[in-house]
Amino acid sequence: MRSEPQTGASFPLKLAAGVGIAFLHLPILLILVYAFTTEEKSFQWPPPGLTLKWFAVAWNRPDVWDALWLSVKVASISTIIALVLGTLAAAAVSQTRFFGREAISLLVILPIALPGIITGIALRSAFSLADIPYSMWTIILGHGTFCVVVVYNNAVARFRRTSGSLIEASMDLGADGFQTFRHIILPNIATALLAGGMLAFALSFDEVIVTTFTGGQQSTLPIWMLQELIRPRQRPVTNVVAVIVVLVTFLPILAAFYLTRDTDEVAGSGK
Amino acid sequence: MTDFTATPAIRPRRDGVASRLSDLFWRRPQLLLFLMLTPPLLWLGIIYVGSLLALLLQSFFAIDDFSGLVTYEFTLDTYRQLLHPANFDIILRTLTMAIAVTLASAVIAFPIAYYAARYAKGRWKAFFYLGVMMPLWSSYLVKIYAWKLILAKEGIVTWVFAKLHLSFLLDGLLALPVIGGNSLSISYIGTFIVFVYIWLPYMILPTQAALERVPVTLVEASGDLGATPDQTFRTVLLPLALPGLVAGSIFTFSLTLGDYIIPQIIGSSRLFIGQAVYAQQGTAGNVPLAAAFSVVPIVIMGIYLTIAKRMGAFDAL
Amino acid sequence: MTAAVSFSKVSRHFGSVRAVDAVDLVVQPGEFFAMLGPSGSGKTTCLRLIAGFEQPSAGHIEIFGETAEGVPPYRRNVNTVFQDYALFPHLSILDNVAYGLMVKGMGKTERHRQAEQALEMVKLPGYGTRKPGQLSGGQRQRVALARALINRPRVLLLDEPLGALDLKLREQMQEELKSLQRSLGITFIFVTHDQSEALSMADRVAVFNNGRIVQAASPQEIYSRPKTRFVADFVGSSNVIDPAAMARFGGLERWASLRPEAISIGAEGQLRANVRSSSFLGAATRVSVLAEGVSLSVMVPAGQPVPDVGADVNLGWAPGDVHYMDDVA
Repeated sequence: MRSEPQTGASFPLKLAAGVGIAFLHLPILLILVYAFTTEEKSFQWPPPGLTLKWFAVAWNRPDVWDALWLSVKVASISTIIALVLGTLAAAAVSQTRFFGREAISLLVILPIALPGIITGIALRSAFSLADIPYSMWTIILGHGTFCVVVVYNNAVARFRRTSGSLIEASMDLGADGFQTFRHIILPNIATALLAGGMLAFALSFDEVIVTTFTGGQQSTLPIWMLQELIRPRQRPVTNVVAVIVVLVTFLPILAAFYLTRDTDEVAGSGK
Repeated sequence: MTDFTATPAIRPRRDGVASRLSDLFWRRPQLLLFLMLTPPLLWLGIIYVGSLLALLLQSFFAIDDFSGLVTYEFTLDTYRQLLHPANFDIILRTLTMAIAVTLASAVIAFPIAYYAARYAKGRWKAFFYLGVMMPLWSSYLVKIYAWKLILAKEGIVTWVFAKLHLSFLLDGLLALPVIGGNSLSISYIGTFIVFVYIWLPYMILPTQAALERVPVTLVEASGDLGATPDQTFRTVLLPLALPGLVAGSIFTFSLTLGDYIIPQIIGSSRLFIGQAVYAQQGTAGNVPLAAAFSVVPIVIMGIYLTIAKRMGAFDAL
Repeated sequence: MTAAVSFSKVSRHFGSVRAVDAVDLVVQPGEFFAMLGPSGSGKTTCLRLIAGFEQPSAGHIEIFGETAEGVPPYRRNVNTVFQDYALFPHLSILDNVAYGLMVKGMGKTERHRQAEQALEMVKLPGYGTRKPGQLSGGQRQRVALARALINRPRVLLLDEPLGALDLKLREQMQEELKSLQRSLGITFIFVTHDQSEALSMADRVAVFNNGRIVQAASPQEIYSRPKTRFVADFVGSSNVIDPAAMARFGGLERWASLRPEAISIGAEGQLRANVRSSSFLGAATRVSVLAEGVSLSVMVPAGQPVPDVGADVNLGWAPGDVHYMDDVA
């Protein structure tokens, strides 16, 4: 191993990097503090006092529970759809060379590359043209569309790593296509799919822009929060819900990171 | 392992549907490809691209001023409306904001990316990676909400300035025309800060990836040949990191162009493109104008991506 | 006797590239057969045609008399040792070796017992519980070999099997592969770009160039009677002499090859030469000389006097040692 010259980073660089990272994290930590404030009407800093009572209040709010439950259902179903579609597209693109591979990649990435508002309004006008009533399923149609890309990215990266000669070796040893899929391909891409699924869940659970257009009267948890932000009813409850949302999205992301950290492609770098 | 010659050289096909199918797919890989591609293509092609095209189509219709109903006749009138001063202002404002946000993100992102790519090792590397990933993935609304708390008149920023006896600075800033306002949370400065904050990780990750591909030996070679650290930065590092910065700017630019929630919650009452689209299709009920508005970011991004591609940014994505 | 593998007029085109161009080939049962050639010469494609990873664009392939076209790899009783070994990273060594038996439906106890035996055969007993990542290159290669042989293939294909190993290990593996092949009696076909490996291991060698077989013969024949300039050049150690120089040396005006050990240095001889350099190889010394503007290499066996660099010497050779060749690149 070559050793690098041990000069280290200069102080201004360290400072700039450290301040940058702090800038990214302090606002989120701040939310945690606000969840315990005793102040009800304003965003006063520092909090005049700390209390746990808003957690109890939020716990007893049926509208929060309804929104949470809808978000979990939507995110779960969208994740399953994204897993199926993303894996199929990734397998097709990486296992075979064919005309139009680039077009497929573009098609998968487009829903996340274009501003969410365009995806949202396009779907909304299509629903109204086709007379489709808004429901949980219209939300899922939207979420499924933009969740495909995270599964796809993870799966494509892993397929690229799973060398073609493994599949040939399996066939050479007498395994047909299905046996090769079950014994070789699936075990090799499983963690990538799991990571992709976690990220898709987090993406869907947090989505608000497309959902405002495809949701009708339904409220997912982010929609509930958006309404509170625009027309606040009970600020401390919003603070508590914000903390819950942070926790629910953090865990899958951490899990996805640890599932893929030994590989060269780490999950989530392409939200 | 004794008798190797007793087995046949070619084994007969096994019975069963799976075995037959497997042989079929082996003989006709295109069939398997077709079956694999059909579901994603149906979903993305029909549901998504179909909706997009339907939307674009609507931008070529116009709304009847008297009945308020859409007349289904081809016209460019709606696009002409985009050039009305009120609408054109919206486009300019959004574009200016996108450029400012992109530049600021690049400046803040570079040291973080450079440190993480070049100096962070082992646990610190993971720390930096997660340090960028966590804010990237944590809830968009919560992050905006956090800034509403921070920038509020009674919030932490005002408090910090007061504690440092620097309140006059903040007041002076807010007194500035156009970008100032009653408080940070209802000024363009506030909108700008939140945009930079929320899209920053999208700039860091590709820049870091590009910098990681620069071999350390290049930097050493440059120093060895007599370049000062400053010269090395300008002539070696920056050109090599540029594709990463451009790749990151694709995100910051595109996301700023299309966002309508951040300026709605933190900012003045003047509209951005996203809000205009939202307002036109919702309360105003003018879907053709909303559609025409949403074509604007698509066109700008199209031009932007073409330039970015020339600069090799796609390899850094 | 039925051939183990036979190609008649087999071609494989990739677009406009003729990777394999109307190749005729017969490999006898029990033979240790080498396909030698530079990269891109078509040897690996030929191997893949036998394994079933590629299908011929034209021509006919038989394996032990049975038609092979249209038969997927998993129905051919032919196994491959891959260049990168292609061990399954998620399976233990034992499960890697037992894979072929598992997909054929053999029970766990029996297939693990046979896998242990196969590991013993390649001198890796007790390594079954490890993962491929924990093994060295040489050990991985043995595992790949055991994984292929446990299926009792009629033909074993080896794709540059020793390419990734260091010199000492390579020589050891060459010996082991040869003795394994002799004791098992299976047909071995191996691909290599290393001429010394091909010549030292194989019963017969096919030299490939531009998708065709230039010469297929025993190593001795390839070495002493190369059919074309290309073979002489590629196989390497012979002096290749152009027609004009050959005429000056008093031979026919044709391309010729002359082995270094066939040239003698002494007081008498038909040719004056000047010694430019010499290198000691152990059993002999290789002396480079310049004669009539042509560089020649001469092998002086140990025990005979080696001329000094810069000395003028006489070269001699028996006319029968000059081998004339076709002028084909």
